[in-house]
Amino acid sequence: MAGKTLYDKLWDSHLVKQREDGSALLYIDRHLLHEVTSPQAFEGLRLAGRKPWRIDANLATADHNVPTTTSERAGGIAAISDSVARIQVQTLDDNCEAFGISEYKMNDAGQGIVHVIGPEQGATLPGMTVVCGDSHTATHGALGALAHGIGTSEVEHVLASQCLVAKKMKNMLVRVDGELGIGVTAKDVVLAVIARLGTAGGTGYAIEFGGDVFRTMSMEGRMTVCNMAIEAGARVGMVAVDDITLDYVKGRKFAPTGELWERAVANWQTLHSDDNAVFDAVIELRGEDIQPQVSWGTSPEMVLPVSALVPDPEQMDDPVKREGATRALSYMGLKAGQPLTDIKLDRVFIGSCTNSRIEDLRAAAAVARGRKVAANVKQVLIVPGSQAVKAQAEAEQLDQIFIDAGMEWREPGCSMCLAMNADKLGAGEHCASTSNRNFEGRQGNGGRTHLVGPAMAAAAAVTGHFVDVRELMSNETA
Amino acid sequence: MKSFKQHTGLVAPIDRANVDTDMIIPKQFLKSIKRSGFGPNLFDELRYLDEGHPDQDNSQRPLNMDFSLNQPRFKGASILLARENFGCGSSREHAPWALDDYGFRAIIAPSFADIFYNNCFKNGLLPIVLSKDIVDSLFLALAENEGYELLIDLEQQCIVLPDGTSLSFEIDAFYKQCLLEGLDEIGLTLQDKESISAFEQQWRKDSPWLFDVL
Ligand code: SF4
Repeated sequence: MAGKTLYDKLWDSHLVKQREDGSALLYIDRHLLHEVTSPQAFEGLRLAGRKPWRIDANLATADHNVPTTTSERAGGIAAISDSVARIQVQTLDDNCEAFGISEYKMNDAGQGIVHVIGPEQGATLPGMTVVCGDSHTATHGALGALAHGIGTSEVEHVLASQCLVAKKMKNMLVRVDGELGIGVTAKDVVLAVIARLGTAGGTGYAIEFGGDVFRTMSMEGRMTVCNMAIEAGARVGMVAVDDITLDYVKGRKFAPTGELWERAVANWQTLHSDDNAVFDAVIELRGEDIQPQVSWGTSPEMVLPVSALVPDPEQMDDPVKREGATRALSYMGLKAGQPLTDIKLDRVFIGSCTNSRIEDLRAAAAVARGRKVAANVKQVLIVPGSQAVKAQAEAEQLDQIFIDAGMEWREPGCSMCLAMNADKLGAGEHCASTSNRNFEGRQGNGGRTHLVGPAMAAAAAVTGHFVDVRELMSNETA
Repeated sequence: MKSFKQHTGLVAPIDRANVDTDMIIPKQFLKSIKRSGFGPNLFDELRYLDEGHPDQDNSQRPLNMDFSLNQPRFKGASILLARENFGCGSSREHAPWALDDYGFRAIIAPSFADIFYNNCFKNGLLPIVLSKDIVDSLFLALAENEGYELLIDLEQQCIVLPDGTSLSFEIDAFYKQCLLEGLDEIGLTLQDKESISAFEQQWRKDSPWLFDVL
């Protein structure tokens, strides 16, 4: 008999009921909430006279449209200048209060981007099913959890029943063996995977990331990778549990301790695909082949190594692809054949649930140290993913490195990842961004987003254009 | 939820692949805490020439007449014909809310993004997957024929073209039932209350570290 994949195991252990029509009820262990996709769900509960099924399964935080300047944050909710954002943040507080749900409010010490604080607080753990009304929920799959995004109706459904109506996905293994070169990061790996799979290549699949590269990758790197599974169309991204996972989880605020820890570990150690498990699809890349990446278009699959030239749509066979690339080049203001390193930046954003953890900030600071933001770059935002990341960075005096370089050190939130607050691009501006989406208008109407890793973003900030970060690194050792 | 049995309506095209949810409803409109009223801002950045923001009188804004939905021949369309990977990106249910509020009842495309696809069914909107070739031919027929209408029959799982040709489509049995009957999914799940409680009790015994910590 074929063995089980990690996804099969997580699915089976949470299956409440398999219905005859092929749908299933899946039990949800952890439900994360934020201010943008929850108000209508709470309203729905109220209208139907329903109560949350299990209060202690839920954790909320305000992240998507909280202001990130220290002055605006200091005044609390009343001081949020955007009135609609203020109502949403207030509504979340009110709903959590009314239903008794734990919340990290805007200025609490545990606050941060929902996908940063979950693992950081031990509120998301290996073996859990985790859902959230946000498509980057797969981030928590890095822990060996089954995690994915849901819509607002499903938020209401999970609140009311602790279950999700789900259909089993197919299994895909993305295997990257070998070793990554110096200066090549988790972000580059996942961008290279998306370039291979395409934005819809993972649709209908749960992806497990396996192979040497992921086995040796830090937990934060694994989170960066799983975070972007959705950009390849897959709702779920996962990495099997190993010692790196256990070391990371141990001692976190909501992680088990003592005898419960031992029991949990025994259980978590089974969370990997069996040797004889069968995947519906397998994609293989070599670590050595992956270079630092830069996206040139308006879809995350439109990405290339930094040494490449902007592609020529005329040379694409598929008419839909050609049309898409032509449109992307015109939106991005780029010409076919232009080196990516020629692209000049107007702003740089280092943050988001993809790359705002302490290792990301350390990587950016290592490049920024002793350098200055280039004259053509108007603004560099450094937005830590959580209050805890911010505190840690300040303890390491990373904030001072950024400030000395002429960058802005901000308060935790989603910020320019989706530009729902004041942090946004002007029309036509090019931005090197460590976030996950380069869609038209994502970071501001007419804004031109280039996805990169944190060290590459910092390198772009200090040189004013894209540059292979390894060139700056070799200067240091020379 | 609104039910969907049979629907005849005018078809409008959106001829580009990877239409993402930011494009369907830009983020500045997500700050509403209601489910309705998103229709006037559907495809906001494609539809209007100026930058949209909430609390604006949309009837006063300059229209982009190159955009299909602004052309008189597609006025009142209720079926959207789209390309690959429609609805990719964020999980925002505001996207189907906006399509529904505008008046769309069904979307036809060669493929949809998973979360968007799911979200449609919760809102009485029918996403239909047809092969790329068939979608190509529908785009052609639509370009050539003004007032192009389709009949969609969910019960029979087919689309009837103006010339009488019938195209069948696949749909998940559970979703089909929910749409046909306009079922409240939460109510349906709660009929299995006992199974959920029983599962939970056992799960609490097996994995006590997952409970009572928050
Ligand atoms: S940082 Fe961006 S992608 Fe992540 S949760 Fe916030 S808005 Fe979503």
